[in-house]
Amino acid sequence: MVFSALADPTRRAILARLADGEATVNQLAEPFPISLQAVSKHLKVLEQAGLISRGRDAQWRPCKLEAAPLRDIAEWTERYRRFWDERYDRLDSYLQELQATDGSAHAARDTAEQEK
Amino acid sequence: MTEKTLDVQLVGDLDIVMTRAFDAPLDLLWEVHTQVEHLRKWWARGNPMDAELDFRPGGKWRIVEHAPDGDWAFRGEIREIVPKQLIVQTFEFEGMPGHIAVERLTFTEKDGKTVLVTTSTFANREDRDGMVQSGMEVGANESYQALEAYLKTLQA
Repeated sequence: MVFSALADPTRRAILARLADGEATVNQLAEPFPISLQAVSKHLKVLEQAGLISRGRDAQWRPCKLEAAPLRDIAEWTERYRRFWDERYDRLDSYLQELQATDGSAHAARDTAEQEK
Repeated sequence: MTEKTLDVQLVGDLDIVMTRAFDAPLDLLWEVHTQVEHLRKWWARGNPMDAELDFRPGGKWRIVEHAPDGDWAFRGEIREIVPKQLIVQTFEFEGMPGHIAVERLTFTEKDGKTVLVTTSTFANREDRDGMVQSGMEVGANESYQALEAYLKTLQA
């Protein structure tokens, strides 16, 4: 539910706004060319996903970012990124090596050919 | 994106899209992905490894990385090849057998650099989330930095 809540660009923008502090529905709706009802609907999705909470005051009900689930996602993404980043950095230096000494590139290719 | 940094995006519930540019012509980037002798030089992040790759549609691949914290084994099958453009293959971590992701690797040359875009599609959300839970720990401080960086991507 968290991931699909995050998939929508309007909801992402709302979360980015809430990262700067609490805001009311009206304040959140301001930058978007959509109705208040549409914004309320997005807020409901975000609330159900646990990404935001709403104040109790019936008139105001200010929205607040809930950092914990977002942090989980950020951590998850960071782990995945790191797993591949190290691999690609290694590939990068290997590619530089191959291009610096064209001869060794051919050698590696020849070995690969022989193994087939 | 032509910078040499890795961009990772979660798309919808099932896809992870990684984009990385390399200072190398397309031909070379293709070779290092499709010839096992090349693969052995970079895939295991500097750790010793075993690799088998039968690079043809229907052919199998298997890689065992011998890392200081233990052996990590991965395997899969090549599904589709469009020379110097596209590889579609399956990816399975042997520590979680049966949880198979489909990877699409697309290669594009641009201004002497080659951009590799890998889209991994998982069978369900549990598979996607489980993929990186094991092993790699992130410290609290790093975790907040990650959150900060992540919030910036929301604004983009």
